[in-house]
Amino acid sequence: MLIDWNNFTPWTALAGGALIGLASALFVLFNGRIAGITGILGGLLRPKLRDIGWRVAFIIGLTGAPFIWQLFAPLPAIQIDASNALLAVAGLIVGISTRYGSGCTSGHGVCGISRLSPRSIFATLAFMATGFITVYVVRHLLGA
Amino acid sequence: MKRHLNDITALVFSLASGLIFGIGLILAGMANPAKVLAFLDLAGAWDPSLGLVMGGAIAVGFIAFTIAKKRHLSYLGLAIQLPTNRIIDKRLILGGLVFGIGWGLVGICPAPAFVLLGVGSMKGVIFVVTMVIGMGIYELLENCKKSDSK
Repeated sequence: MLIDWNNFTPWTALAGGALIGLASALFVLFNGRIAGITGILGGLLRPKLRDIGWRVAFIIGLTGAPFIWQLFAPLPAIQIDASNALLAVAGLIVGISTRYGSGCTSGHGVCGISRLSPRSIFATLAFMATGFITVYVVRHLLGA
Repeated sequence: MKRHLNDITALVFSLASGLIFGIGLILAGMANPAKVLAFLDLAGAWDPSLGLVMGGAIAVGFIAFTIAKKRHLSYLGLAIQLPTNRIIDKRLILGGLVFGIGWGLVGICPAPAFVLLGVGSMKGVIFVVTMVIGMGIYELLENCKKSDSK
């Protein structure tokens, strides 16, 4: 294994991670809910009148983050190499599968592991495994 | 006074949680799909950053959820709703496995997708729209299954 020391950013990774943990902490300790984006967004697709506002508010906060960031500093580099067609395919796959498996990186990966849920630990192992395999196949077997 | 999740105070906490979550993603470099893919590329020039993001998040989250598990009501007086399902079933594992494929193809998962939307990236828009369509397809399939079994 070859570590890319030039791009490895341990301190901002830890600090950013701690903020993500803080957001999840505030959400469960004040609103009583799991900060899982799949669940928050998915719930909007089977709307109950008194169940919409807090979901929309969370998503507005998330989407507004780059605006607030830019008040203080320029955004860091963002690079998306995937084609539009591949993004659409991946978007569909992610949408269906995260709802089917009851969560994604935030709900299972962060909140689920934080509360030591065996279900979330297994789900995280599952998507990490295929994430690694997919990149291996795409980059090193198909050579894309 | 019985509070509701749509009370203005709760909405402010929802908004703030989403905002802090997004700022954390940007600071951590996780709003950059190339950096996420560099973590998933074990056989290439490996960038372990995402592992530390998870570590930092879980370290803080663990404390919060340890407190949350002992309480019935949140600090705003709202019911704390933690998942009760403990069964590791086919849906969970299959869903996770397939999600990993989508994630590995482009390096975007649901939370960073919304940050990319906020950045105004057209590619972010495409991902979010198709992801929501995917979730809609899931709802339709579930509804069909329910009406079949009636």
